Amino acid sequence: MSRNDVLVTADWAQENLGRPGLVFVEVDEDTAAYDGGHLEGAIKLDWKKDLQDPLRRDFVDKAAFEALLSAKGISNDDTVVLYGGNNNWFAAYAYWYFKLYGHQDVKLVDGGRKKWELDGRPLSKDVVERPATTYQASEPDLSIRAFRDEVVASIGSKNLIDVRSPDEFSGKILAPAHLPQEMAQKGGHVPTAMNIPWSKAANEDGTFKTDEQLAALYDEQGYDENKATIAYCRIGERSSHTWFVLRELLGKSDVKNYDGSWVEYGSLVGVPIEK
Amino acid sequence: MCGAPKQGGGLAGVDLTTQTVIQGSVWHDGSPVAGAYVRLLDATDEFTAEVVTSPEGEFRFFAAPGQWTLRSLSPIGRAERTLAADVGLNETTLAIA
Repeated sequence: MSRNDVLVTADWAQENLGRPGLVFVEVDEDTAAYDGGHLEGAIKLDWKKDLQDPLRRDFVDKAAFEALLSAKGISNDDTVVLYGGNNNWFAAYAYWYFKLYGHQDVKLVDGGRKKWELDGRPLSKDVVERPATTYQASEPDLSIRAFRDEVVASIGSKNLIDVRSPDEFSGKILAPAHLPQEMAQKGGHVPTAMNIPWSKAANEDGTFKTDEQLAALYDEQGYDENKATIAYCRIGERSSHTWFVLRELLGKSDVKNYDGSWVEYGSLVGVPIEK
Repeated sequence: MCGAPKQGGGLAGVDLTTQTVIQGSVWHDGSPVAGAYVRLLDATDEFTAEVVTSPEGEFRFFAAPGQWTLRSLSPIGRAERTLAADVGLNETTLAIA
């Protein structure tokens, strides 16, 4: 896996819109963004309504994922090209999610919706419909997903990477600052976690930094190549961004995303917390 | 949850005795700028959050008391402002030259 296999430029995306075998997918929480204009021919996935179980805090199961992709008109052999707002946070989350269910060919548009808009590239309001397919997912690949017990057991032994902002890491604030700061969980971080904010891996326009810059970033912050790695944030979308950087761009092995993240960890009774 | 909520609108439901709200709008040439990307940077200049301005050019953050920098990005240009925020409502304007 290397950058060219998993990341496409906005130029490439624009030149390849509508190409058979490619499905462009916008992933946002704010679906109004898609409705106000999207890449020509792109479909939308709502990270919450489409990708989260409606009752429990978990993913949709394999059968529901198959039903979703079938209804959206995505085939197993399509190349899925993801982009979205929030510096591709949710697109990276969807990338990780597609990989969890075994989709082979998935790519991100570098810079996502922000770079596309800042470049003044065209957006379409056309309704997009694709003929239904019969999608078959794999069993979830749990080698890329961490659960809470593994996180607690990893304190002091694995690379734990807290990708939230420094003020969330220190417990000064409990959520990214575009959200109200009223939460049940305690503030702070998992003991021995390094704070390497996701934003250090991205440029202001939302594109990823170069492989050389990224390698240097994790080196400088004390990333140990000989250890397995778990990344977390608040609900698992920013840590998907870092998971993408570590595993897909830098090719590091044994990297998991802890999607329970701080909302779960900071609410657990009896686990250690550092501030 | 982490997606950018709709910007602008009233402060009903926001407890200004506990929340540190930083809000305002982005302007250029006498008009509000819709669709600008406004990011909030902490006292060490590290990214904390980003929102897209409303049709009226508005943005809003829920921060904590202290020093913050606001920076807007848009196709027509950039603007930046540093401010000291306290608990309650902190209003400001970003003007793109």
